Amino acid sequence: MAGSPVTGFSPAAPLLDVKNLQVHFAVYGGRLRVLDGVNFSMRSGERVGLVGETGCGKTTMMKAILRVLPTPPAKIPAGEILFKGRDILKMRDHELRAVRGRGISMIFQDPTAALNPVFSIGEQVEAVIRYSTSPGKASSREETHQRAITALQEVALADPERLLRSYPIQLSGGMRQRVCIGMALSTRPEILIADEPGTSLDVTIQDQVLRLLRKLVEEKDTSVILITHTLGIVRETTDRVYVMYAGNIVESAPTARLFSQPLHPYTQGLISTVPRLTGGGIVSGIPGRIPDYLNPPSGCRFHPRCSQMMEICRTTKPPAFKMGDGHEVACFLYKDEAK
Amino acid sequence: MTTEILTATALKKYFVVGRTGWRDRQAVTVKAVDGISFTMYEGETLGLVGESGSGKSTVAYTTIGMYRPTSGSLKFRGQELFQNGGQRPMSLRKAIQIVFQDPGSSLNPRRNIKQILELPLQIHQPGKNRLEQIVHLLEVVDLPPEYMYKYPHMLSGGEKQIVAIARALATNPSLIILDEPTSALDVSVQAKTINLLLRLQKEFNLSYLFITHDLSLMRNVASRVAIMYLGKICEVAETAGFFQNPLHPYTQMLLSSIPVVSVEEEALKPKKVLSTGEIPSPVNIPSGCSFRTRCPFAMDLCSKIDPVMVDTGKGHSVRCHLVSQPAAA
Repeated sequence: MAGSPVTGFSPAAPLLDVKNLQVHFAVYGGRLRVLDGVNFSMRSGERVGLVGETGCGKTTMMKAILRVLPTPPAKIPAGEILFKGRDILKMRDHELRAVRGRGISMIFQDPTAALNPVFSIGEQVEAVIRYSTSPGKASSREETHQRAITALQEVALADPERLLRSYPIQLSGGMRQRVCIGMALSTRPEILIADEPGTSLDVTIQDQVLRLLRKLVEEKDTSVILITHTLGIVRETTDRVYVMYAGNIVESAPTARLFSQPLHPYTQGLISTVPRLTGGGIVSGIPGRIPDYLNPPSGCRFHPRCSQMMEICRTTKPPAFKMGDGHEVACFLYKDEAK
Repeated sequence: MTTEILTATALKKYFVVGRTGWRDRQAVTVKAVDGISFTMYEGETLGLVGESGSGKSTVAYTTIGMYRPTSGSLKFRGQELFQNGGQRPMSLRKAIQIVFQDPGSSLNPRRNIKQILELPLQIHQPGKNRLEQIVHLLEVVDLPPEYMYKYPHMLSGGEKQIVAIARALATNPSLIILDEPTSALDVSVQAKTINLLLRLQKEFNLSYLFITHDLSLMRNVASRVAIMYLGKICEVAETAGFFQNPLHPYTQMLLSSIPVVSVEEEALKPKKVLSTGEIPSPVNIPSGCSFRTRCPFAMDLCSKIDPVMVDTGKGHSVRCHLVSQPAAA
């Protein structure tokens, strides 16, 4: 892991700084309070993981960052998303255009759904390249084509000329995901958001795709946000991890530290339920399920499932307590140990 | 543990997917299962592991009777499952049940849980008090009785899968085929479901044919593991010994690809074999050993002769020239 040593956050210049972000959805019968004041920040060159169960708001947060949430029904009542010091939520369309693609780009979970089946790979890759070149220096067709070829060569795809002429159905799942990675990196983004990049692939193919991704971001020194619910992938790919539960960041720490000494009861439960190669059976895990966003639990949203619940957890939302070494945990158990 | 419950001998299932040529039209076949043999014992969990397209689900569907095998035999407690032409007798259908991968599509969305659980009871246990039995079934899988009147869309993914398990239990089977029962679920829900399955296995003395692509899960539930690649089994072993000493290069590749969460597990991963290539199309299986196109140790011999299963002792069998003819390597 080539990232700089993590000694607390450097508030000096976070590349991306999400502050108290709230996202609500208006639905029949009320309002889904999905993101409940999320704080998230990353420095340039850092590889950050975001983990949590299905439905905890990981993807909602990324969509808010790229401002691709449909509004309505989505509503952002509070919060700031600072990208290089400028608030994405307040940007005008032409400014956003510069952020999407060249600033931040994204790889989706399912490459089959991410590629349009009726356009050739070439048309889609070249469209991305055209979109992301600044208006003043429009490149020629030939140039765009050359850049598309380079993009595919970078992701170790053989015979890029032929691939550009083929259609998504002619490619295997692993190849499609490589195309998506090539496409996302072709714009030379500063931040790459990878939303479960290997989940729909077989383990051996997933391993190849992730190794490729790691190599490329290292070469280009791209900052990465890796979203996944597979803890092993986070451990092998990232420098720092955020754990999300029901629209809140419950814990954040340098990766090695999070796996060796998880503090939040939710993180502890999550790590203990992963089946181990060393055997020893499977721990029963956390009882209950993720709460209903229409009427989320008061106080700490995890309290109905928590084995160490206290009276204060019912009434008050825990702030993030700083535990030193860049480790933060939002749990009242650590109120007295906080630094 | 020594009585055999399911025995497959040279089991083959080919699918005709098209024809080529215009004069002598030749069938294009997919060799989904290409001559596999295995034995399952009473009360054990046999893990069947492989990538998508390796034929593991075809084995499951053939065992349950959805497909007729192209050739070979499949015996349940010594009784041939596919007798000539005839339908499978009711007693055998009752004894072998299945839980499918995606509970969202294996439960009928128009029927409530009561109706879903009622059908197998109607067919296999007629005459008894059904309502009582349904309540009992729900109790066995830890679901409250009021769930009877819920519809599948009102349940979470984990609960749907538990209903699917209850449905499989309704006929009082002795062998349950679990076709990736937890791959659609989150880890914490997976843990709950697996622990339920393990408890039921003890309670009712069930045998499980557990199909999955997740080797770390297999390590914790199976007593024996069989690895499949392109319709053939390449390695079979007792779980404990298997993870200490995987012999087939494909198994090593699978193991080295698993993302793990602790240092102790890291130590178990073979370092030398990094995953490369993709599973070839089952229409065009490579000559000789089908894995040779991705194998880092492939030799001349591998493209000519398909290796045969060799027993290396302690119930550990491997199908690889490196093991059967080490001198040539």
